[in-house]
Parts: sequence; C-alpha cells; structure tokens
Amino acid sequence: MRFNINGQVHELDVDIRTSLLDLCREHLSLTGSKKGCDHGQCGACTMLINGRRVNSCLSLAVMHQDDEITTIEGLGNPEALHPIQEAFLHHDGYQCGYCTSGQICSAVGMLDEVAKGWPSHASADLESVTLDHAEISERMSGNLCRCAAYPNIVDAITEVAGRDARADAEVAA
Amino acid sequence: MKTFEYQLAESPEQAAAAAIAADTRFIAGGTNLLDLMKLQVETPARLVDVSRLDLTGIEEREDGGLTIGAMVPNSDLAADPRVIARYPVLSRALLAGATGQLRNKASTGGNLLQRTRCYYFYDIATPCNKRDPGSGCSAIGGVNRILAVLGTSDQCIATHPSDMAVAMRALDATIVTVKTDGTRNRIAIGDFHRLPGDTPHIDTVLEQGELITHVELPAPPPGRQTYRKVRDRASYAFALVSVAGIVDVQDGRIASAALAFGGLAHKPWRDAAVEAALIGQEPTASVFNAAADALVADARGFGHNDFKIPLARRTLAATLHELTGVE
Repeated sequence: MRFNINGQVHELDVDIRTSLLDLCREHLSLTGSKKGCDHGQCGACTMLINGRRVNSCLSLAVMHQDDEITTIEGLGNPEALHPIQEAFLHHDGYQCGYCTSGQICSAVGMLDEVAKGWPSHASADLESVTLDHAEISERMSGNLCRCAAYPNIVDAITEVAGRDARADAEVAA
Repeated sequence: MKTFEYQLAESPEQAAAAAIAADTRFIAGGTNLLDLMKLQVETPARLVDVSRLDLTGIEEREDGGLTIGAMVPNSDLAADPRVIARYPVLSRALLAGATGQLRNKASTGGNLLQRTRCYYFYDIATPCNKRDPGSGCSAIGGVNRILAVLGTSDQCIATHPSDMAVAMRALDATIVTVKTDGTRNRIAIGDFHRLPGDTPHIDTVLEQGELITHVELPAPPPGRQTYRKVRDRASYAFALVSVAGIVDVQDGRIASAALAFGGLAHKPWRDAAVEAALIGQEPTASVFNAAADALVADARGFGHNDFKIPLARRTLAATLHELTGVE
C-alpha cells in the first residue's frame, strides 16, 4: 500500500483492517493524532483528507491510498507554528491536551468550510454566514474536550477567523 | 473487527455484481459500517469499496428537479447552492445531523442505509431481533427512551436515525439503483424503508448486491419549507422527534402540505391523514390540533418513550405555526 501523508510518500503493507489513525500512530510514529473513542464520537483523531476534516478512526487506510493526508504534524512544528496552533497557545485552549490536535485539525478544516460559504445548523440564513460564537460552537461540536476548555478554544478560533476576515477585507479593498 | 476481503469497485454494475454474496457489504464513507464492524454487529466477509465511483455529481433534471449522485458527501449536498435555494428543508435536515467531520465523509447513499441506533442493536451481549433474528427484543420492556412509537411490531421498536431521509420523504424523492444483473431499478422513497413486522433485520427493500447510484428530487413543491429537530443536546444528537415540513398557503387556505417525521418509527414516517387534515383548511390552531390527532391516532409508547407522543404533537404544531405564520 502507498500513502501520502504530510507530503511524504510511505510504502508499507498493513492489515486490511487498519484505520488511518492506527496507520499513523502505530506504523508511522505520527502519534500527534489521538485515539479517544475510536467510534467517531470525540474527534480526537481528526485529520485532513484532501483538505477536508474527517474522523481518521472511521477511515480504512486502504481506502485512502490516493489521498493527500495531513495530520497535526503536517500543519506546523514548534519552530513554525500554524496560526491556529499559535492561537491555542495564546488563549490557553486546552488543559490536558489530549483533544488538542484533533481540535486544531478540525478548526483548520472548519475555517476552510466557512471560507467556501458552507452554512451550518446555527446559520439563520443558509446563504450568508457570519462566524460568531454560536456558529463556532455548532461547527466544532464533533470535537469533545473533557477538560471543558471550550471558551478558550472558541476564543482562539475567533481570533484566527477574525484575522482571516480582516485579511480578506484588505484584499478586497 | 473480523477480517475481510477488500475490493475496489470499477463501475456501479461491476460493484453490484461483486456484491451478490450475502456476506458482502458496500463501503462508501464507512462512518456507520466501520463503527458496527468494530463492535462486531456487522461481520462482512467482503467489502466492495464504492467510494471512488463516479457518482459525485449533482445534475439538473428536465422537470426542474435534481439528480444527486450516491457518493455526494452530506456536507457538499447541504452546501450546494441549488439545494439551499430550492430544497432548504434538505439542507437544514443534513446540517442538523452528525458533525462536520462525519458529514464530510458520509455519502448520500450511505445516509439512507444507516442502521438504527437502538442501544441493544449495538450491544452484542443482548438479544436483538434486528441484529440476530429470533433472539428477542430487549428494548420492549427495556430502556427505550429513544425508540419508536409508530409502526412498531412485537419484534422490534427501532427507529431510523437519518435526518436527510426524512427531508427526502417530504420531497418525494426517488432512489435509483443497479442490481447484480445490471438492470436499473427506481424506488419511491416511501417504499424504500420497511416497517419491522416480523422481519426487523431487513431495513429496506434493496436486494443483496443492489447498489444505490442516485437519488432524484422532483421539482421543488410550492410553499415554505423547514426542518425542526428536537433532541437532547443542541448539536450532534439523534432526533427524539423531527419534522420535515413543506406547506403552501393560498388565499388564506392550506393548498398543499407534505410532512415527514423522524425519531418516531422504523422509517421516515409520513401519513396521508395528517396532510388531509390540513389541505383546504384555514391554518388555525384547531386545524393543527386535528392534524396532530391524526399523527398520533395509532401511536403506542413503551414506557420511557411515552413522552414522544405529546412531543410529536407539539413539534408538529410548532412546525405548522412556523410555516403558515399563524401565531
């Protein structure tokens, strides 16, 4: 089998039952993605497949051989943090940290969905989205935090979303 | 998880032919099937991967409707500008279900084929006629708060978990399939999901190996559309009761109404008597009450889920108030 993860190609054979999460954690030493529930309920395993956030625990590795997979390790590193990582640090968007990589990958995918104009259950108008607190909470509901760092997670995402919105406005001007 | 053979499908026809054996399952998004395989509720010997089939388009139809490919992810369907503009009930229903991550992976065809979330179906240590025919129903007399009050049998009181399918029921969608011999089949969504009867292990009328390729939506019906979902959490929870409603008021009277319900039955529930109680009437609270009477006329609670009967009445009334503007 052949996988493209964080821009690197890996060729290895694994058991047909191997999830994308287990492939990364157990076979490629990419342990940033976490296994919480292993049933798609907690979001700790969130990765980006071709830029879209998904639960890697509910993804068979064999089905994603032609996809570009991005894990938390591919988003940034201590020397060059992703803006969302930086904002989580600044706002203290975690306590124990177990859900954090999933939260960050999910937030990156979520902001891309907002940029594409995708509505959510919290959108009063399906054709026009304003990313307020209620929108962020709804869109991030697939990522649980047992420490309940939610207020700071929302603040971190709000900061980055606001920065993006200002940059868009400057480009438009 | 039990091990399995894996095969990547090359075409819908080849996929159907490859799935002729009873121990074969199609896999697309996998968000429900893999969950069930981990718990050994599902133990297929063979998976046919249909996720790469060229069924990801949403096309205009000559009648003003849309043809949706079975592999269109739930996220993409909900955000499609044509769906938002013409079928907001469908966008709303999709967005009320699951999470961003799950909607990105879950397919249109797979959403229709979701299995029940009855606790006992998931728990292989307990009897369940849906999982293990003839073993008994643990939910009747057990913990049944989330389960059905309409169309139940003495074998099974499971509910169908989909929100999307409820909206499609109100929209009179047609499900297009290909069978193992390559022939095409078209199934009205009202005929697609089954009631449990004495064969609750069979969820739909699909034959073994029959693959959903498309869902057709007819031209949007006149009137206002909405999807109202009542659940235990504000997000990421299955419906206790949901209503997909489309109501058209002309000259002060209800000209047409389509109402489908989730959380109440083994299939997306639609009852002609509910709509008959509304059509031709002035929209008033007493007319809405009559429709609610028709909805729950044959409802039966099983203890913990008794509350769903008054909840369904009130949710229907609230939906009708919203759609008709009646205070």
